[in-house]
Amino acid sequence: MESCPSVKNILLLDSEGKRVAVKYYTDDWPTLSAKLAFEKSVFVKTQKATAGAEAEIVMFDGHIVVYKFIQDLHFFVTGGEEENELILASVLQGFTDAVDIILRNNVDKRTALENLDLILLCLDEIVDGGIVLETEGSVIAEKVSAHGIEGATSLAEQTIVQALTTAREHLTKSLLM
Amino acid sequence: MAQPLVVKKDDDLDEEEYYSPFLGIEKGAVLQEARVFHDPQLDARRCCQVITKLLYLLNQGDTFTKVEATEVFFATTKLFQSKDAGLRRMVYLMIKELSPSADEVIIVTSSLMKDMNSKTDMYRANAIRVLCRIIDSTLLTQIERYLKQAIVDKNPVVASAALVSGIYLLQTSPEVVKRWSNEVQEAVQSRAALVQFHALALLHQIRQNDRLAVSKLVTSLTRGSVRSPLAQCLLIRYTSQVIRESSMNSQGGDRPFFDFLESCLRNKAEMVILEAARAITELNGVTSRELTPAITVLQLFLSSSKPVLRFAAVRTLNKVASTHPLAVTNCNIDMESLISDQNRSIATLAITTLLKTGNESSVDRLMKQMTNFMSDIADEFKIVVVEAIRSLCLKFPLKYRSLMNFLSNILREEGGFEYKKAIVDSIIILIRDIPDAKESGLFHLCEFIEDCEFTYLSTQILHFLGNEGPKTSDPSKYIRYIYNRVILENATVRASAVSTLAKFGALVDSLKPRIFVLLRRCLFDGDDEVRDRATLYLKLLGGEATVGETEKDVNEFLFGSFDIPLVNLETSLRNYEPSEAPFDISSVSLETKSQPLAEKKTTGKKPTGPASALSGPVPTVDASYEKLLSSIPEFAGFGKLFKSSAPVELTEAETEYSVNVVKHIYDGHVVLQYNCTNTIPEQLLEEVVVFVDASEADEFSEVATKSLRSLPYDSPGQTFVAFEKLEGVLATGKFSNILKFIVKEVDPSTGEADDDGVEDEYQLEDLEITSADYMLKVGVSNFRNAWESMDPESERVDEYGLGARESLAEAVSAVIGILGMQPCEGTDVVPSNSRSHTCLLSGVFIGNVKVLVRLSFGLSGPKEVAMKLAVRSDDPEISDKIHEIVANG
Repeated sequence: MESCPSVKNILLLDSEGKRVAVKYYTDDWPTLSAKLAFEKSVFVKTQKATAGAEAEIVMFDGHIVVYKFIQDLHFFVTGGEEENELILASVLQGFTDAVDIILRNNVDKRTALENLDLILLCLDEIVDGGIVLETEGSVIAEKVSAHGIEGATSLAEQTIVQALTTAREHLTKSLLM
Repeated sequence: MAQPLVVKKDDDLDEEEYYSPFLGIEKGAVLQEARVFHDPQLDARRCCQVITKLLYLLNQGDTFTKVEATEVFFATTKLFQSKDAGLRRMVYLMIKELSPSADEVIIVTSSLMKDMNSKTDMYRANAIRVLCRIIDSTLLTQIERYLKQAIVDKNPVVASAALVSGIYLLQTSPEVVKRWSNEVQEAVQSRAALVQFHALALLHQIRQNDRLAVSKLVTSLTRGSVRSPLAQCLLIRYTSQVIRESSMNSQGGDRPFFDFLESCLRNKAEMVILEAARAITELNGVTSRELTPAITVLQLFLSSSKPVLRFAAVRTLNKVASTHPLAVTNCNIDMESLISDQNRSIATLAITTLLKTGNESSVDRLMKQMTNFMSDIADEFKIVVVEAIRSLCLKFPLKYRSLMNFLSNILREEGGFEYKKAIVDSIIILIRDIPDAKESGLFHLCEFIEDCEFTYLSTQILHFLGNEGPKTSDPSKYIRYIYNRVILENATVRASAVSTLAKFGALVDSLKPRIFVLLRRCLFDGDDEVRDRATLYLKLLGGEATVGETEKDVNEFLFGSFDIPLVNLETSLRNYEPSEAPFDISSVSLETKSQPLAEKKTTGKKPTGPASALSGPVPTVDASYEKLLSSIPEFAGFGKLFKSSAPVELTEAETEYSVNVVKHIYDGHVVLQYNCTNTIPEQLLEEVVVFVDASEADEFSEVATKSLRSLPYDSPGQTFVAFEKLEGVLATGKFSNILKFIVKEVDPSTGEADDDGVEDEYQLEDLEITSADYMLKVGVSNFRNAWESMDPESERVDEYGLGARESLAEAVSAVIGILGMQPCEGTDVVPSNSRSHTCLLSGVFIGNVKVLVRLSFGLSGPKEVAMKLAVRSDDPEISDKIHEIVANG
């Protein structure tokens, strides 16, 4: 337990369990087939769950996996058996929040693939070698979009526009509910 | 809320592929596209797209060949010319993914070093992370200066990047990173939350081997300057480490730092509260007063709306319940409501916790709630529940009726093999331990095999039925179930059913005529094995067999335990050459070879039961030893080989010559077999012999030496030394060994050796023969039965004080080591926190004397261990000898 909290992998799969983007930080799954087998079992074990607004959790084969589904995207963060679940959950939260901002609230497989470069940068900014770099979604997104390819709009402007869109969406949602 | 979108997705499922920008992507084509990296006028946007495609391929599991990777790498380095920030980020990512080789790294080093000193924070941070990933230690010293600066950089992202890279580099170049501790220490005081976290992690890793430094670090930080929740969690982990280590040295008094842990329970961040609560529950010898505040916060978590929080709380409580069930009972009501939790992991943990803490009166209510629960969870969860129910039933034997009913109900439902096996095992254990449960348990098992799809389980139950059924009040009622198997099942089950019938016939006289009729019908079975068994049993029971003339022999044959490890029997049979002499089963070694523990640890955390020692492909070398030794005329007259030890290394790993020794024990002799390997290609060794100095082992006298003519490079050879000792004397002693040989130079190109050699010698480590060498590890399946069947007259009991020991477990394993016997029924494992322990050992002593030992350990005083040793054996003299061994050990 003296060790630093560590993340074993972060997975972003589609609604059929296929990879959108994945990143492994440890050697627990040394081969591609081991990785794919793990992804498959994670996907199958969580398939039945209805992961709503709150992150869900499952434990198997000595791993803890926290996960969340948004549209047709399945987000997973895996840690060791002894890991603090809430740390993993905060990583997951940071990841989904950041993706939400990067994709401007259009979180689905298609948009994710169209912006795969940003998603990969996002994974790169969350965890380095298993160690948590940042868990605040907006900070991660800012780091990523600071280098966004659509360099035309300035960052500040972009984030403000984004913030407004987000705010508007949230408002409509709450009004509708 | 997202209803319309979902519907849309379903509609154009076919079109979905169309949307993928990577549809039909192909590695060769993308590599072609990567040529745009070489364009004099770089199109940043297009380059980005190509890199994304390359990364996509890698992410999907595609791999580049060495040539392809090098090509892409060189092309990518060209992109440093572009000033486009977005492209630069992708270049960083690409370089990390390609993990270039050392000579390639040099090409990008200067570019990355330039970025490391750039004015743009993002460049600095990322260049550091990339460079540290790919750099080797010589280059590292060149950039060390910049890294030290970066650690104390004003920009938190840059500082974090340097710190995290430091953690990574510590594995490869610790001596360099250790020089940074001043800067790291400064970073611990940073205002930025994550910098503090990363600095703390690195600082601790730099100092982790220095207990005093860690303790100082914790002392200064627990006074409160740590703000980030992640850093706080780290600090809690380090604190519990310090507590654990300090409590080993000092006893009594208040636990240091407990106040800090307790104050963390009031932290704002849930992750800190959880970390602290867990740290408290895992303290060594935690008291219930210390537990209470932790349990209280966990109880609040149980009713959280967040599944992760509920899971974390119930998981922690579940662990606490194993050691302090009473402390958790307050949470029982909250936990009962979790049985219906949407998340089945939470529900299962809640159930098993309740089963651990439940009292006799709540059992029935729990069972009722669980019946609904079982139908909709996965098999692996069900197994956990079944195991919990089994231990509950053993705890409250009076409740066996409802628990047994529950088990038989779930046995009838759908389920996979592992699950059914867990249930059957549980029922069998309950039948064994709770006499009242026997009849109903056997009946449930009979019902089950009427419709069981697993051959393994059917045969297991039939075997068990044969042993237990005849002893019940009305054995006849089982016959129908057993004979049905003979009619309906596959050959394996039929054969097993025939054996079971024979057991009933042997034990219940009134049933004998009917059994005869049934067995005779089996003579027409289509399967050889079934017919053979029926024939054999008919003869045996009819008293006309040659195997046994008396009734006792029949029973011995049917019910006697088969204590020869099957792997050993198999090797012996393979080595048996058809000849006049019949195969002698008593020549098969009884020793169980235990598997290396390390292997087991990796495969899973299953408790090592006595059965697992027998399973698995264990390479047994015994038979080959025996063959080898009997082929040497000098040793042929020593009689039957009693035991061969595992090889003992006499050299350090990776020395010029590697030597290990196997001790072969005979009644009146000991043969030392030295296995030598020459690891120098330029040398040939001749006339290799081990000179043994037995001056510290005066009960042994050297009688023969067999040298090794020649020992070429990398082909192992053996040399032997034989000693004589008095029969029946437990001779022990220490031997010092020197390897002597003639060394000849070998020309590596031709492989020819010089004609002239030089005498040389090589000091080996000492070797000991201990009393454990005269003991074979032989397990018994049922210790109590075996113990009771031995003559009580042979029993010798005495008490010993073992003095101060680190722990009870350490004392237990020390005694097992001295005796060299096989622990039975998993009693070598001492539960933590226990104050007393009973350990059961069995073995065969030289001269083929069966020995059973019952050890009772207890703690008297703080660390004083006392032990009561009871021995039974075939020979009372040997019982005394065992006491002697322990007394001297």
